[in-house]
Amino acid sequence: MSQDLLRLTDVTIEFGPPKKPIRVVEGVGFSVAKGESVGLVGESGSGKSVTSLAIMRLIGGRVVQGRIELEGRNLLDLPASALPEIRGRDIAMIFQEPMSSLNPLMTIGDQIGEALLLHGWRDRTARRDRTIEMLHLVGIPNAEGRLGAYPHQFSGGMRQRVMIAMAVACAPKLLIADEPTTALDVTIQAQVLDLMKKVRRELGMAILLISHDLGVIADVCERVIVMYAGRVVEEADIRTILTRPQHPYTRGLLRSVPRRNHEAERLYQIPGSVPPAGSVRQGCPFRDRCELSVSRCAEEMPPMFRFGSSQSAACWVTAAAEGVAQAGAAA
Amino acid sequence: MTRYIVVRLLDAIPTVLLVLTLVFVAMRILPGDPAVAALGDFATPEQREAFREKMGLNAPLWQQYLTFVVSSLTLDFGVSMMNGRDVLGLIAYNLPYTIELTIASVLLGVVIGVPFGVWAATNPNRAPDSAMRGFSLIGYAVPDFYLGALLLIVFSLNLGWFPINGGGEGFLDRMHHVFLPALTLAFIKAAFLGRLTRTALLEVMGRDYIRTARAKGAREPRVIYRHGLRNALLPLTTGLGLTTLTALSGSVAIELVFNRPGLGKLLISAIAERDYAVIQGGIVVFALFVVAINLAMDLVYVLVDPRIRVS
Amino acid sequence: MTASIDPALQLRPQPSAFTTLRRVILDRPATIFALIIVILFVLVAVLAPWIAPHDPLAQSILDVNKPPSAVHPVGTDQFGRDVLSRLIYGSRNSLIFGFVSPVLAAILGTSLGVIAGYFGGIADRIISRVIDLLLAFPELLLAILIAAVLGGGFWNVVAVLTVAFTPGFARVARASTLAVKQEPYIEAAVAVGLRTPMIILRHVVPNIAAPIVVLTTLWIASAIRLEASLSFLGIGTQPPNPSWGNIIRDGLNNLFGSPWPIIGAGTLITLVVLAFNLIGDAVRDALDPEASR
Repeated sequence: MSQDLLRLTDVTIEFGPPKKPIRVVEGVGFSVAKGESVGLVGESGSGKSVTSLAIMRLIGGRVVQGRIELEGRNLLDLPASALPEIRGRDIAMIFQEPMSSLNPLMTIGDQIGEALLLHGWRDRTARRDRTIEMLHLVGIPNAEGRLGAYPHQFSGGMRQRVMIAMAVACAPKLLIADEPTTALDVTIQAQVLDLMKKVRRELGMAILLISHDLGVIADVCERVIVMYAGRVVEEADIRTILTRPQHPYTRGLLRSVPRRNHEAERLYQIPGSVPPAGSVRQGCPFRDRCELSVSRCAEEMPPMFRFGSSQSAACWVTAAAEGVAQAGAAA
Repeated sequence: MTRYIVVRLLDAIPTVLLVLTLVFVAMRILPGDPAVAALGDFATPEQREAFREKMGLNAPLWQQYLTFVVSSLTLDFGVSMMNGRDVLGLIAYNLPYTIELTIASVLLGVVIGVPFGVWAATNPNRAPDSAMRGFSLIGYAVPDFYLGALLLIVFSLNLGWFPINGGGEGFLDRMHHVFLPALTLAFIKAAFLGRLTRTALLEVMGRDYIRTARAKGAREPRVIYRHGLRNALLPLTTGLGLTTLTALSGSVAIELVFNRPGLGKLLISAIAERDYAVIQGGIVVFALFVVAINLAMDLVYVLVDPRIRVS
Repeated sequence: MTASIDPALQLRPQPSAFTTLRRVILDRPATIFALIIVILFVLVAVLAPWIAPHDPLAQSILDVNKPPSAVHPVGTDQFGRDVLSRLIYGSRNSLIFGFVSPVLAAILGTSLGVIAGYFGGIADRIISRVIDLLLAFPELLLAILIAAVLGGGFWNVVAVLTVAFTPGFARVARASTLAVKQEPYIEAAVAVGLRTPMIILRHVVPNIAAPIVVLTTLWIASAIRLEASLSFLGIGTQPPNPSWGNIIRDGLNNLFGSPWPIIGAGTLITLVVLAFNLIGDAVRDALDPEASR
């Protein structure tokens, strides 16, 4: 427990007018240990991006409940003026759109240098050296010569490398990557994922990788948290998820990942779509799309059941089949 | 970048020729007989004939056109029919006052408008934003010459803080003379620029790279000024070009209100006196100015946007 | 972040333009205020001969430069003319120019723009080039330069304002025509052998009407202000006929006599232009939501 770098407890996030709030994330809890790489997976609308932005406190919505602790300190208690010190230094973030996430009017050298300057790198030469070192690390050829280049002179994959260099420049304890490869070509995707693994190895940071693609997560992460309709529905280490998923939603996600040896097969699609945020008031939010659903699913929201030392899932049916107990607070 | 600049400069050549052609067509064809237009209905046929001969209006049209283009490009506009003075000399005397007024009003407009716009954009749907909206509604509606007259009545006539007419002598005196006229135009420019700044900045503040800046730990002032405003400068540059152009056109009425020398005043007096040569010279110079300002703005764009500069 | 989108918004059916217009007007107190000003303005202009207390041209040496009083609510000018009556008659100029020139410019500009956009080729090249050039000029400056050639007077001012506004209409009409031309129904109309003038009148013009109507309403305010500016400069409505612009011009020549003509006319121009601006914004928001920033 003391190993926890980041710990979310019962986080609930609302958007819209306070009088008619829309609940986008409800009761989400998970933790990331020091140096660990954790994946957050789910369809669009599952609340995973909102959750990750909430950790950075970069959302327009309101965290109405819960705690987001970084090394035991609740980030939600901090005044807004204290956040810039944490952002970029303790927790850094990269985003989905490398094409639009860099300031088009600043050279990449200045943008990476700015991240350093904001966190105490006063010396110009040191900043420059560190910037070049970072560009080397992320594999930008001729790093020194490209300090004065502008984002529009880079391809999407290269820009994402620059984003990574900028994010990890101050050696943060946690790197949050929100769909970092979604906007990239498949071949570039693999390169960027490899880069993230390499950077993590060399700088020893934890990674929270947000993706809709279990394949991407499986490539980088040790542990997976599955979100659906604003809730965590399953959590396990990656091997367990891939071999013995317990939540029907996770099973659906797995069946929809393309596999090399099943080429001829038509890709599976989970029927239906995610219910609109805040529309499920009662019962399991997945029940309408679930092949296993029973009457209890419509009445009661399933709690997290513990399926083994490292796995828990929120499903009445599979929990009953396996005969496992509720995870509870102590787990 | 060089290529872009060269293309823009070359592109200005046909534009200038087209401007001159339009002026020529307008001057020679629209008003019927320029001799009648210039001398009035009561001139004798001999006087008209003499006028035509003197202005070269008896030559074939194509020859007149060539003469017109060449003399315009060499800034040879002939002499004023009212006082016999060289038109170019008249323009050269008046032009600095107009340029001074235009620049002063644009600068004042930027100094007032841009911070106001930033203030509104950083407080959307709150009091500063409403104030900006009210200010821009008034600024879009109030005629500059009316505002000028009000300022003149209050600050020059009643309070005596500023001179009532003239352009002034020497730097400080000229600044003293230009202040109220420039403030008049600046008020209206500030309404436009403020609104534009607000819209542009609000749009930019929603972009992904603003989130990136916050994510790396930049504090809000830095996010707004270094990342937000700098990117909002692109639409603002276009707005600045428009502002300069409308300040130039607004200077005509303002010069009349404050009774100060200038190109507009010269043109308006020439129209009243039917001083054909001065009218023609004034129109050509105004038109060339417009082309030059547009060109200048295209070039400023190069400096602001690295996507054009570095390619 | 899909979360910030109100799902109810996506489900609402598209209301008709008229319904939207009514909603846009009635939802904003400022627009109602503007509507009242405009109605008053039109009534005053139309009923001028019946409501003006005095003859706007009647001079009286005994009543020169009077401050406001019961007989002359806005005082008199340097010729002893009743300023209120001149303001009331002056509104007629503003009304006529405010509506006539934008409408004429809309017809002329739309024709040019549709020709350029629909037929393309050399006609398009010439028209576009001239439009681009004229658009580089602020309307006021263009109007001043044309008026410098033409001189003042009613029809000249109509011509000047029309020419000053035409390029804007032509550009919008050309761009819209280019877009409409890509639509399948135009291809279909060509395929069934409909003649070109019919295609333009029946299929192109109705489909580019919205932005043109929006532009026309937006320019009523500009036309009123432009006419006032030209008259102020002495190249618009010619004295002794009253126009709000030349009332200010006369007032400026009489600064030491009475400020009331300037204040009266200036306030009226500001109010009416403000009102038409607000209504123009409302019409734009209703008919052409994409154009609102």
